[in-house]
Amino acid sequence: MTPPRILPSGDTALAVEFGRSIDPAVNRQVLALDREVAREAVTGVTETVPTYRSLLVHYDPLRIDFATLSEKLLTLAQRPVPAQTGIRRWRVPVVYGGEHGIDLDDVARAHNISTSEVIAKHTGGDYRVAMIGFTPGFAYLGGLDPAIATPRRETPRTETPAGTISIGGVQACVQCLAAPSGWHLLGRTPVRTFHPHRDPVFLMEPGDAITFHAIKANEFASLDRAAEQGEAVAELIAS
Amino acid sequence: MSKLVVVTTGPATSVQDAGRFGAQRYGLTTSGAMDRVSLAMANTLAGNSPLAAAIEIGPFATAFTARNGAVRVALSGAARAADVAGSPLLTNETALIAEGETLRLGAARNGMFSYLAIEGGIAGEPVFGSLSVNARADLGSPFPRPLQVGDALDVGTAQIAPHERALDTFDIPQAPIRVVMGPQDDEFGAACDVFLNSEWRISATSDRMGYRLEGPKVVHPGGHNIVSDGAVHGSIQVPGNGQPIVLMADHGTTGGYPKIATVISSDLGRLAQAQSGAIIRFKAVSVEDAQTEARKLAKFIHDLPGRLHPAGGSSLNLVELQKANVAGVAVNAIDEP
Repeated sequence: MTPPRILPSGDTALAVEFGRSIDPAVNRQVLALDREVAREAVTGVTETVPTYRSLLVHYDPLRIDFATLSEKLLTLAQRPVPAQTGIRRWRVPVVYGGEHGIDLDDVARAHNISTSEVIAKHTGGDYRVAMIGFTPGFAYLGGLDPAIATPRRETPRTETPAGTISIGGVQACVQCLAAPSGWHLLGRTPVRTFHPHRDPVFLMEPGDAITFHAIKANEFASLDRAAEQGEAVAELIAS
Repeated sequence: MSKLVVVTTGPATSVQDAGRFGAQRYGLTTSGAMDRVSLAMANTLAGNSPLAAAIEIGPFATAFTARNGAVRVALSGAARAADVAGSPLLTNETALIAEGETLRLGAARNGMFSYLAIEGGIAGEPVFGSLSVNARADLGSPFPRPLQVGDALDVGTAQIAPHERALDTFDIPQAPIRVVMGPQDDEFGAACDVFLNSEWRISATSDRMGYRLEGPKVVHPGGHNIVSDGAVHGSIQVPGNGQPIVLMADHGTTGGYPKIATVISSDLGRLAQAQSGAIIRFKAVSVEDAQTEARKLAKFIHDLPGRLHPAGGSSLNLVELQKANVAGVAVNAIDEP
């Protein structure tokens, strides 16, 4: 295995880069190092941000310097990637199509299949949270069925609703807050992956497993109210 | 507790502290003061811990009235006219706002952000250890948004003190903003020289999320979309138009544009105070040198209480100060190359 590259991000963070592409094997290495750093409680590390391809490590330069931390992280990265146990799995309810998923028809047309086939392929996927970023609780997912992978829109939308379930290229996501997006909107979930007045504030962790299941449009409003009140709404299955 | 009521305000005024740490892995940015040095000076004057919550005041005119008791404040950061009920309030001095009196701040003359610290602090409910406002995430306390006219903040009631306190002011050095190259500098090739050898104008569209720079085009030969990776306060990303953006306190936690360099932590406040239209240059330094600067700045902030002295007002004090030759101490501590 090629050792990762250590790239400085100023004087208070560094990136441990395992690759430059979206690759589940690379992401597994990132998440494994993230767990090792947490387990070792490395002195001076203040927080970590796993991404598709690299682990950003924030640190306090008054407690550990760049060279010492780099060496420590390279040592930890050499440990074999253990098989992950106790993966948390979330079942996320989604209303597909119509006003909730305005691009469902276009995605079906682009692949010359029916909308119900798109839904079947999207709900049939076994997804992993590769990273959370962009906006609070925005979970980037690996595991989209390549048969419905769709290049991003040429013109991004300046606003897409909270709870948007969309796909862009080979990526899928659970979006929490309203935000601009160039991805294709398949549906909407009442689940709040981020809720500032709930314990826990964030539902999902990088590495969690996700499956989607379709709900009827008339089920959305009551679930949405429950989620607003602080219920998870997504079902958690330990595996 | 006393109350501080907002009488006049501009759009960029909000409660900020050191920032919100520990949830960047969930996409929640740090927020926090744009200029931590000025925050620390204001808080030290007010007798608070250096990075406690204060009111970050943008470049526009602002006014506050004390209610339910007197409020002692200290103002640091951008240069601007200020008065309490007609008596001038100098930058880096404390002053008492008696109940019913109003503190009026003019528009910033030099710099972007002032910090108004309050003796006894601002009451609020921290989330992830911070009161800092992050309006997009509906976080921040006592209000999860910038301040509005009519807002009343619960603040400490002023202690009876024999005299007001002061810290010596210092000029913000005009030296280049120092950066550590990377994390993606190797992908930019010759464009790194364009970045380091050019003058950059700070765009009027800059805000707490990012300072946009205008100048020659910085071209990334491999294209300007990369697989997203982590971003920090100070990351300089270069989107497809070749015009760099320095990510500031409300930055996204991850980003899909290549990052040519990162502003060193001890220069972030100085950059934050550069007004739109200002011209800046960058200078590359090593991580080791940047960390030496970070240690110096931490020591400067730690030692601030020892630099407090009674505010002027009696000629005796001024003479004593001149004899002691304290003016310029702060300059030396922060202005070393």
